[in-house]
Amino acid sequence: MSEPLPQPEKSATPLGTGLPSPWAALAIAILLAAYPLVMNALGQTFYIGLGSRVLILALAASALNLALGYGGMVSLGHAAFLGAGAYTAAILAGLGMNQAWVVLPSAFAAAAVLAGLTGAISLRTRGVYFIMITLAFAQLFYYLAVSLPSLGGDDGLPLTERSKLPGLRLENDLSFYYFVLGTAALVFFLLYRLVSSRFGRALVATRENERRMAAIGYPVFRIKLLAYTLSGGIAGLAGGLLANLSMGVTPHTLTWHQSGILLVMTILGGSGYFWGGLTGAAIFLVLEETISAYTEHWNLALGLLLLFIVLAAPNGVMSFTGFRRGEKA
Amino acid sequence: MLPLILEQTLNGLQYGLMLFLLAAGLTLVFGIMDLINLAHGSLYMIGAFIAAALFQQFQNFYLAVVLSILLTALLGALLERVLYRRLQTMSHLSQVLATFALILVANESIKIAFGGQPLSIELPASLSGTVNLMGEDLQYPLYRLLIIAVGLAVAIGLYVLVNKTRMGMWLRAGTSDRVMAATMGIRIQPLFTFIFALGAGLCALAGALLGPLLAVSVGMGEAILIPAFEVIVIGGIGSMRGALVGALLVGMIDSLGRLAMTGLLKSFAVSGAATLGATLASMLVSLLMVAVLFFRPSGLFPARD
Repeated sequence: MSEPLPQPEKSATPLGTGLPSPWAALAIAILLAAYPLVMNALGQTFYIGLGSRVLILALAASALNLALGYGGMVSLGHAAFLGAGAYTAAILAGLGMNQAWVVLPSAFAAAAVLAGLTGAISLRTRGVYFIMITLAFAQLFYYLAVSLPSLGGDDGLPLTERSKLPGLRLENDLSFYYFVLGTAALVFFLLYRLVSSRFGRALVATRENERRMAAIGYPVFRIKLLAYTLSGGIAGLAGGLLANLSMGVTPHTLTWHQSGILLVMTILGGSGYFWGGLTGAAIFLVLEETISAYTEHWNLALGLLLLFIVLAAPNGVMSFTGFRRGEKA
Repeated sequence: MLPLILEQTLNGLQYGLMLFLLAAGLTLVFGIMDLINLAHGSLYMIGAFIAAALFQQFQNFYLAVVLSILLTALLGALLERVLYRRLQTMSHLSQVLATFALILVANESIKIAFGGQPLSIELPASLSGTVNLMGEDLQYPLYRLLIIAVGLAVAIGLYVLVNKTRMGMWLRAGTSDRVMAATMGIRIQPLFTFIFALGAGLCALAGALLGPLLAVSVGMGEAILIPAFEVIVIGGIGSMRGALVGALLVGMIDSLGRLAMTGLLKSFAVSGAATLGATLASMLVSLLMVAVLFFRPSGLFPARD
């Protein structure tokens, strides 16, 4: 190409968006590391388990955020990948394999393969059809899990013991929390490197204007597929951790309700914001815990809150902070 | 064997036509308003609950059905005025979230209003008999035949409405290009309200008609929502013809697939073949949708491109 393309105005391309400052990351890390110690000191050890849950679902929501917020792919089927990871962990445990360094990468790989295969088909469609085909795939795996006796049917699979790491006893809720925190920190670091890389910028640019990216020679299909695959893999990793936390997996993990909840968390936090997944998961689970203590009709409160968010703050809670995000396509 | 196949074919036709009642509303709303309404199944559930409550009050099946259609249509129109009109200009993602929220609200409200117990609707004696088909080989419930007849009548009515009336002309114009239709003088906002009321009324009709066959319970909306979406995606979103073809396809695959799968599993002596067969049939429907989208990414009868 001899003529350089006209440069878009700076504010029009949100390439710098979704990248947090290192200080924010440090503050969040300190906060999360201190959290269980504070809870221990207050004698509220129950909340350490809740903390692990928040971190795990933060991973899942951040995985969805990669596809949805950065890639613009509205998936209503991420429960399939969460479930794939969880079932992988449970199956491996049933076979007697409980080394965390085997179980968790396997959960990642199984879900990533699943995401790669289904993504290759789903990404041929656009818009509403994409939403619906991801939903159909997730339903497919839900029915599969329910109907296969070897996957435990409606009851799912139990985990006899948590995965092990040499030198670390994960049976203890506190050490499990730190294990999850360590894993999450690693994933967030890699995610940060990913979205700030050339690939991440190409992904955001594809979200903003796919036709243009294709015209200037980027392999948009492969970019989206890779992002979708990684997103599925990370969700699978979260699933593997989730099976360890709740000592088993049920088909409920695969329901479309679960996919919806993951979407809700991501949007609640702010899709396309780096900490959107973490913020959303934390707000969601803390609200659920608090409101459920007062009423059994937590879903009513959630529904009304969600309606309010969509109508009043469609860009999520993170949009109230100083970070700017580019105009949505 | 033959009576069994005929029975399942009729069941499939019945299920397909009920799916069509939901899919017709969904596809109209999506086609003309560009709006994904996940809460469509909730209107079906609400219609069924209103019918069940009215039935318990008055012990009159016909009155319950007619009143539930009217009340649910009114609710649909109200929702369109208050909520959907705002969602219409938002992204599909916001629509998915907001209507997902509506499902949660509807389910919990029904739980609060009626408790967690399923309700039942009893058939009047005149509808609860059976009809002999194929001589004496197959005794098919009269009521299911009635459902098929109503479904066919509605399908014909919708065909006439969309293709032969002035209102239908506006609908088709709005589906192919909303802005242009508005520019040419079609009053598009009242049309939206009408479509929503129509869609909600059809939902209530399906819910009330299926009430005597199923338990009227809180989860019923989601149970039919996913197949209804599969129907309109297979048929091509926005196309009424696609909705009918898709609904019949899905209905037939579901019931005949169930029969075939159950038979297959029984021949392998698998335990619990009946429930397993039903799940496998649901998988077949999802697979069909994936296959259709693989070869035709906009469904069988794309309404616009």
